[in-house]
Amino acid sequence: MIRLSIPLRQALARLSLPLMIAAAFGVMLLGKADALLAERLRTHLSDALSPIYAALAEPTAAVRSAVEEVRFLATLREQNAALREENERLRRWHATALALEAENEMLRRQLNFLPEAAPAFVTARVVADGGGTYARAVLLATGPQHAIRKGQVALDERGFVGRVTEVGSRSARVLLATDMNSRIPVTLESSRARAIMAGTNGARPRLAHWPEGVIPVEGERVVTSAEAGAFPAGLPVGVIRVSPQGAPEIELFARLDRLDAVRLFDYGLSGIIPPEAVARPEPRPRRR
Amino acid sequence: MATPPNRRPQGRPAPAPGLVRRVDAFARLAFPGFSTAFLMVLAAAPVTLPSPVLAVTLPCVAFWSVFRPAAMMPPIVFLLGLLLDLLTLAPLGSGILVLLVLQAVALRFRRFLVRQSFLAVWLAFCVAAFGGALLYWALQSLLALQLPPVAPALHAALLSCGLYPAVALLLTRIHEAMLQAENAP
Repeated sequence: MIRLSIPLRQALARLSLPLMIAAAFGVMLLGKADALLAERLRTHLSDALSPIYAALAEPTAAVRSAVEEVRFLATLREQNAALREENERLRRWHATALALEAENEMLRRQLNFLPEAAPAFVTARVVADGGGTYARAVLLATGPQHAIRKGQVALDERGFVGRVTEVGSRSARVLLATDMNSRIPVTLESSRARAIMAGTNGARPRLAHWPEGVIPVEGERVVTSAEAGAFPAGLPVGVIRVSPQGAPEIELFARLDRLDAVRLFDYGLSGIIPPEAVARPEPRPRRR
Repeated sequence: MATPPNRRPQGRPAPAPGLVRRVDAFARLAFPGFSTAFLMVLAAAPVTLPSPVLAVTLPCVAFWSVFRPAAMMPPIVFLLGLLLDLLTLAPLGSGILVLLVLQAVALRFRRFLVRQSFLAVWLAFCVAAFGGALLYWALQSLLALQLPPVAPALHAALLSCGLYPAVALLLTRIHEAMLQAENAP
């Protein structure tokens, strides 16, 4: 330690405050002169302090989650009451559903109704799209010994995809509902009107041939119809969307642009079986 | 600075050996500056509250300037002010000047304040905190050449007034412990 005489030290002590105030003005001038200086210093400081803040973040998060927990507990009571009430309501609905089911059962028995057998299905992986005779078709890889027949109905996890048109020994081709050659008999669910869903090669097939006096409503659900014996009734197909031109189209439930596996259902129907594909001299050049 | 053993006063514990004693003295000297800086860094931690850095700094600087000016020297205040400016987004120099002015005022009145009750010191601090916050705001508007809203400065002053008793309670304990340690040998 440097030893200074006492008067000198006192003088220094008395001078240091004015000196420091002068230095503060100097820093102000420096900060005004070089605007980036402060930014650079701040960056260095935050670099140095970031480990401290990282360590602080843990207890802060713990406190915050505890506060959240308390708040959640506070709302628990009213949530509980609401859930109890809802549960009561649902229980009533459940009872109603059970009663209706029993009534349905009884009526069926009286009508000598023939129940439909649960359909058998196989799941096959989609290995290629396009190609072949149709513009919108997918190729499925199947095992060597399979029971896939022409005319089986293909569904993905959401809804109707198409129909099997060609069956090979290890593969099968499904004509998608969007293909121009696809015509599917459908029913509009709320008006029960029959119509035909005609593919256009676009993403949304058109609705065609609906009866007079029925107006397809935007958002109406469309299911397959059992007309002509090609499909079972009631498979989910899509919803009606009115195009900008005013024509009703169908937005399919199935995601045809990203099919990875489809289920092939055998309903034992043999209404209209597609003809054997006509062999062409050469395959059509691919558009994309 | 160890006293020779033959001149040791009677009836007192033996003084600590030279190095330990010097480290002890240095720790006492450095504690106010470092603790204030640490509090400021903690206060600047990114939480949802409005940043209370200025509100934390003012009580610490005022307390140590009044009760232990030897440890809160102007260069330390200068560095604390620089840290304040860097932690907040204020123009460089404004925090330094505010803290130095606060210290100058505290040093000017410290002989009077040391003898007063806690409540009087608190009131004096409140006046000083409002003055400091307004000076801070004025310096910011002057240096940035635009008029920032006054409300944050007033909030900081209010927060600082509210924080002072808690800070002072803690620091008084520490200060008394330090005095005891200094008077003991």
